Amino acid sequence: MNSSTLFGISTMAYILAMIIYITYLAFRNSQVGIAATTVTIAGFVSQTIAIVIRWTEHYAQWTMMSPESTFIVSVLRSAPLRNLFESLIFFVWCLILGYLIIELKYKTRSFGAFVTPIAGLALAFIDISGMSKEIEPLVPALQSNWLLAHVMMSFISYSTFALSFSTGLMYLILKTDKRTESSYIFWTVTSGIFIVVLFAMGLDYLSFGLAIKTPETLIKSYLFKASFLNKSVAVSIFSLLIAVAFIFMVWKYGHILKKIVGSFSISAEMLDEITYKSIAIGFPIFTLGGLIFGAIWADQAWGVYWSWDPKETWSLITWFVYAFFLHSRLLRGWRGKKVAIVAVMGFIAVIFTYLGVNLLLSGLHAYGSLE
Amino acid sequence: MEENKNKSIIDKIWNFFASITLAVVLFALIGLTSIVGTIVEQNVAPEKNLKLLAKFFGDSNAPAFYKILDSLGFMDMYHSWWFIGLLLLFAANLIICSLDRLPRIWKLAKEAIKPLTDEQFKNLGKKELVLKGKPDKVKETVGTAIKHAGFKFLEAKEATGYQFYSEKGNYTRLGVYITHLSILLILGGAIIGIIFGFKGYLNLPEGKTYSVAFAPGGFLSREEESEMEAIIERLQATEGNAKEAARQFGVDEKTLRTKMKRYGIWPLGFSIRCDNFLVDFYKGSNMPKEYRSWLTIIKGNKEVFKKSIVVNDPLTYNDVTFYQSSFGMVPNAHGEFIMKITPKSGAPETRQMHRDDKFIIPGTDLQGTLKDFSPALSFDANNRPFTFAEQMNNPAVFLEFSEKGKTKYSGWIMKRYPQTWGLPDGHTVEFVDYWGVEYTGLQVRKDPGVWVVYLGCMVMAVGLYITFFMSHKKIWVRLLEEKNSTRIIVALTANKNRTALEAKTDKMMALLSKSDGGGKQ
Ligand code: HEM
Repeated sequence: MNSSTLFGISTMAYILAMIIYITYLAFRNSQVGIAATTVTIAGFVSQTIAIVIRWTEHYAQWTMMSPESTFIVSVLRSAPLRNLFESLIFFVWCLILGYLIIELKYKTRSFGAFVTPIAGLALAFIDISGMSKEIEPLVPALQSNWLLAHVMMSFISYSTFALSFSTGLMYLILKTDKRTESSYIFWTVTSGIFIVVLFAMGLDYLSFGLAIKTPETLIKSYLFKASFLNKSVAVSIFSLLIAVAFIFMVWKYGHILKKIVGSFSISAEMLDEITYKSIAIGFPIFTLGGLIFGAIWADQAWGVYWSWDPKETWSLITWFVYAFFLHSRLLRGWRGKKVAIVAVMGFIAVIFTYLGVNLLLSGLHAYGSLE
Repeated sequence: MEENKNKSIIDKIWNFFASITLAVVLFALIGLTSIVGTIVEQNVAPEKNLKLLAKFFGDSNAPAFYKILDSLGFMDMYHSWWFIGLLLLFAANLIICSLDRLPRIWKLAKEAIKPLTDEQFKNLGKKELVLKGKPDKVKETVGTAIKHAGFKFLEAKEATGYQFYSEKGNYTRLGVYITHLSILLILGGAIIGIIFGFKGYLNLPEGKTYSVAFAPGGFLSREEESEMEAIIERLQATEGNAKEAARQFGVDEKTLRTKMKRYGIWPLGFSIRCDNFLVDFYKGSNMPKEYRSWLTIIKGNKEVFKKSIVVNDPLTYNDVTFYQSSFGMVPNAHGEFIMKITPKSGAPETRQMHRDDKFIIPGTDLQGTLKDFSPALSFDANNRPFTFAEQMNNPAVFLEFSEKGKTKYSGWIMKRYPQTWGLPDGHTVEFVDYWGVEYTGLQVRKDPGVWVVYLGCMVMAVGLYITFFMSHKKIWVRLLEEKNSTRIIVALTANKNRTALEAKTDKMMALLSKSDGGGKQ
């Protein structure tokens, strides 16, 4: 079996797991729960094997094109972390690993329904955006161990931030009651937009297929063209209305979700604790790997450790949001909901750092388009 | 009265800067304003941002918006007075906030642990266990178990038994301050770099020697340009020694340095020569794998240092670092073709030649002529040669061979295709390089602050590790005498990660009860 078949299997498994976890959330049948975990583990195993296979594929190519390299250099340079596609795969792998650890440690499956959608979303995004899955040789600037450490640690921290995002969101769902409450509006609108965007991208995918090649063409001629940015004004207005109506529905009926989450044996305190702990692990890793190692790499490659290009600046913004999180817990009256909102916003900043900068803003080292 | 009022103002300022609220506000402000700088492109030609603004506000309004944003410094936002002001405010906040809290934290860290009173034992969460035997008998076992769990302890004799008490990681409370200090170090290092550093470039042709580097400069008039060239020439002659150059010009050094600054000329204080530049390609493809420059540092007319550099592996001499950043062809340059000729039976010989030069294959009558050159030759599907790029991707020479005045054969010899090197008679001619026509683009930097920044990074790693993965733990173990047995009561606190300490204590208790043959809880 080759790596793309196995990646396909893991994508299917995570999406299936998402459905089973949600079913489990609704019916609380322990057999369903076991099935969800089993499917997740199966997806994880097949993804792990796929990553190893891809690594050996890179290795074979590297040793063929660059036969004079030593074994260790060849292995390092072949690490499957060199483009958008591979780094998203690695992110999902870390996220699922982190989730499985939490499931084991806290002996609860209820987070599954909130974590697997992120995994499914990321993997679906790979297919929808049609990003390159080719194995290409490494350009000179990318041949750096600092870069490898930088990318790897960034994605480990991103996955811990994704976990805190899920638990933060669950905390908000559990803790808000009134529709007029700002925390309630925040979580319903945020999740509403999330689902709408996902759905709109699905529509793009269905109507255009895999016609595009690069993220740039995706954003220019593809994204939301089936809905909000459709040539026909009627269609675009109609989709906007539908989106607003949908978000309104989420806002209106959000308390149903609260009932479901509330019927579980997870306490708000536990959610708060996991949110904090994930960030407490992710923050140092992100600081060291994401910011410091990235700066060292830039220093070695270009002679500037910090150049305020959009990618760097967005990493810094993300870092500030999480510093905000850590310090706002020290403010009087800032425990609980407000802090959870900051945790949710932190991950939104992560998504923007990672995808928004590549897709919307161009920069000196927009990942994957390096000279 | 007067003094009191003064003090309260100072107090107010102090409290303002010591507050976490300010810190959180600054986090938000710096974060939000930074976003603007990633949307408005920084340091680019006005047209680019005008176009961007036109998209949001329409063509007619864009210039007005541009003017407003420009006057507020948004076109070079991260160097604008208000952004730097925010960073300084942030630093002041950090310093004063830390100073404000340090004494209290220091006291908490220094304060020696004391035995707990009955009252305190009641209030702290605790675990209990009963062991057989009197306190004097089990004392030893309990002590060993505590030591085993990694705590050195003190003991106090009490009316009904003993109390052991211990703490670990007092100074980990300072981890936060180490983290905060590191941020100041990084900011300080960045400031040192901005004030005392230099960032520029040097396009160095193969075979040429330079003693200056250049900063990107503005527009110059004709006279200025010729003055600039004169200064460069003089600095070249003095190995980048500004003092000596000033003496030769007959001006004082300060005047010369002001001019140099104006023209973006930066003296290296030594000379650097590019011996060669080569692009290496992945085998069987046109993807570049490596850009390599062979550089030599010259000081006092002596070669003092040699290194070949690639991207990610620069050369540093005298605190000046040279990075491989680009390359290109020197316009109108006439280089040398370097060919390695190996006769069918004989030793290889390396020759340098120019276009239309003739050469003899050693030991034969065969005469070659170098007729033509292409920077990037390849074969198309029909095996016909074609030039595919302007850069030297696969340089090739066209050679014509004759014997006794009669043309025998001719063809292209390509640098990267060994299959083209062989001649029909069994001799080989390898095209080694077309030398002296490319330049290597070097980024030149001197940054005395970079080590402070790196030190700050290391301190930050240590600080964060202490802050998030270590804690100040205290445990108290009381041995209470009961009828023929001892009740063990354990109380504990930790400023972080209490669950880990509890797990450790549970393990210790389990061990104790096992050694006792299964005591009851
Ligand atoms: C980006 C810059 C900053 C970083 C990375 C940073 C980092 C940290 C970290 C990691 C903690 C520990 C939080 C925890 O244990 O959950 C902390 C605590 C703290 N920070 Fe910062 N900090 C920064 C800026 C500031 C500033 C500007 C202030 C000024 C008021 C400040 C004041 C504090 C205080 C008072 C604490 C709590 C100390 C304690 O628990 O004793 N920090 N900081």
